[in-house]
Amino acid sequence: MESPRHRLLVVDDSNVIRRRIERANEVPGIEFVGSASNGVEALEMHARLQPTLVTMDLTMPEMDGAECVSQLVQRDPQLRILVISALADKLTAIEALERGASGFLCKPFTDRQLNDALRKLIDAP
Amino acid sequence: MSLESEVGVFVGAVLQYFGTTVQQAAVCGTPHLALNAPPELSDYTGVIRVSGKRSGLVAFTAPKSMLSVMLMRMQETDMSHANLCDLVGEVANTLAGNARRDFGQQFQISVPEVISGREGRLEYPVAGRPIVIPIEWRNYHARLIVCLR
Repeated sequence: MESPRHRLLVVDDSNVIRRRIERANEVPGIEFVGSASNGVEALEMHARLQPTLVTMDLTMPEMDGAECVSQLVQRDPQLRILVISALADKLTAIEALERGASGFLCKPFTDRQLNDALRKLIDAP
Repeated sequence: MSLESEVGVFVGAVLQYFGTTVQQAAVCGTPHLALNAPPELSDYTGVIRVSGKRSGLVAFTAPKSMLSVMLMRMQETDMSHANLCDLVGEVANTLAGNARRDFGQQFQISVPEVISGREGRLEYPVAGRPIVIPIEWRNYHARLIVCLR
């Protein structure tokens, strides 16, 4: 069996979404390591769990996803972040990418769309 | 944007949500203005406050039975009150967030608030005229309430 090469941290204020992403991930080589419900918790879990991949919601209490992306990328420029948000306008997606995210997936999403987005994230050079 | 187009944005978001997340199509009934009395709430209501270029609220209200089946369709086994609250808030968040595709980035949305119980009351903006979009999914009835100025 292939040992996981990527460690996934899921950040979303919705427990339903966090659990769904954890369950739906079928990409070989990606291991779920933990989840956080806001940006502050995500920074703490990043320090503790050392993930290599993050899925990040944008609209969250405490610290929103955009600010959290900036801080995570500053700490760890190699970190790959997939923003998963309901905010469907183009400017929001562009802003997330400019802050250092590697991809953007719009809610609602199917399991297949999630897995395709995760695959692209780890396949990117 | 005309009122008809605005309603169309939310109807489109509802249809996409159910087709994608629970992979069973919903049907939207005829939208109507709640002129005489505030719209009735169901067991759980997720509320998103809107600010920026527009102000007001977007609320999704649904019976417990419908939310439970939606969770099952998502392979979720935890049917607790907390998870039902979480889901109704997430649906409201998704429908309001998707509207930014048409309303733009100045359509700013809050994190969800949740009201549980049919006796709960929504605080509408002064002089706001709530539009009710009936939603049928399987044999369940929910509503999307949109009140924007």
